Amino acid sequence: MNSEYAIDVQNATVRFNMASEKTDNLKEYFVRLIQGKLTFEEFLALKDITLQVKPGEAWGIIGDNGAGKSTLLKLVCGVVAPYKGTAKLNGTVAPMIELSAGMDLNLTARENIYLNGTIMGFSKKFIAEKFDEIVEFAELGKFLDIPIKNYSSGMRARLGFAVATIVQPEILIVDEILAVGDVAFQKKCKERMHEMLKGGTTLLLVSHTIRDITALCTKAMWLKNGCVEKVGEVYDVVNSYLESKGAPLIERPKKSS
Amino acid sequence: MRLKKTVDYFSKYKDFFILMVERDIKLKYRRSFLGYVWSILSPLLSMVVLTVVFSSMFERNIENFPVYLVIGNIMFSYIRESSTLAMNSILKNASLLKKVRVPKYIFTLSTVTSTFITFIFSVGALLIVMIATNTRFTFYFPLIVVPVLELYVFSVGLGLLVAQATVFFRDIKNIWNVVTLAWMYLTPIFYPIEAVPKFLQTWIPRLNPMYSYITQTRMIVVQGALPPMSMVLQGAIMAVVMLIIGASLFKHNSKSFILYI
Repeated sequence: MNSEYAIDVQNATVRFNMASEKTDNLKEYFVRLIQGKLTFEEFLALKDITLQVKPGEAWGIIGDNGAGKSTLLKLVCGVVAPYKGTAKLNGTVAPMIELSAGMDLNLTARENIYLNGTIMGFSKKFIAEKFDEIVEFAELGKFLDIPIKNYSSGMRARLGFAVATIVQPEILIVDEILAVGDVAFQKKCKERMHEMLKGGTTLLLVSHTIRDITALCTKAMWLKNGCVEKVGEVYDVVNSYLESKGAPLIERPKKSS
Repeated sequence: MRLKKTVDYFSKYKDFFILMVERDIKLKYRRSFLGYVWSILSPLLSMVVLTVVFSSMFERNIENFPVYLVIGNIMFSYIRESSTLAMNSILKNASLLKKVRVPKYIFTLSTVTSTFITFIFSVGALLIVMIATNTRFTFYFPLIVVPVLELYVFSVGLGLLVAQATVFFRDIKNIWNVVTLAWMYLTPIFYPIEAVPKFLQTWIPRLNPMYSYITQTRMIVVQGALPPMSMVLQGAIMAVVMLIIGASLFKHNSKSFILYI
């Protein structure tokens, strides 16, 4: 086993077929077949990306909308398969790509905690043991037994974050989730992520909030139209990104603090 | 070895599977006042309607018409409902499949299984009709698990088949209504097989698996007799073949689901 890297993506290309996205029914399919229009319209969401993350490192992914950041995370999680190249993971993963994914709005928070936990492969027994801890972190209190369709998006995010981080995963993949929730909860989430990083968790973070990236990550990758624009030490990458946007740069904190 | 890997992978998600089945059943009945009673009541009501309508036509040819009818009705309703729900099982959970890596067939399997459990409840309707019509319970009665299990295996295969196809071609949903309607009329549910043209009388028993499962059950319940071994075997083979076709197509195509959901 190649266990030198926690996340090992090599020369990965992700391809979507835009023509087939349009043809999603039989009628259309036959009409196009007869017209001879059943062509392949290629769209490369990621082109030849190499990302190698060592265990314990924290990486931030930045870039404009549509640059391929989320596709990269999906590739790493194994939701999307690479068209060329490879994507490997060594270790347990806690994907937090959209926190309310996997929740059923008609079920109560209690039921959703079990549903969401088992999706990640935990046993029911294990979740029962951790149940109180989850409820406490999510601060749901008396709303535990009402359907979550009545929850605010911030409450759902809290619940999702609490479930996703029940155990310390070896690899934590986070996509733009800190944007929801109030200030107190954002702080709490960041604290928990810091704790995990100290415990040796590998982090992959996508965010448009550059401050979050510099606060949590040591390395960064800048994606532009599916290609790597720059990769390396976090302040270098972040500042060249900000420079290209004409935004004020972020100062490197002094070592002493 | 590969089988062992599949089993290991499934056992990791065993609890998730059970919770999904529970969820489906819970949500199905949560908002209805009569709850689980509906599973028994609705086949009973449709049996009463059909008996009133068709009894003068067929009653003389069919022994114990109400029982004959209710067996055909609950079994066919099951296959129609499970295949229709299975069809949406992948698309309904699209948001989840885009984000978490989880064996995709679990969604289809749990949908079919929860429908199967409601089908088991509706066997209560059969019992009520049997008591009401003074049908004798024989020692053979427990043997209905054989055709019922065959039906379950068949429905899992069919569910996987239609679930993966619908991801690529959404309008299969509309076509499926017509297909199940034709299928229903080609299955002797409320008429005796002798009522259809000669060529159908030879082809329905050969090609329609539902004919096999329903007829086996009727032989056990109504006649209190063992169905012929050839029919039991034929039913089992059709179920297993359907499972293999459904599962292998699902496995092959599930890699590209993400591009279409």
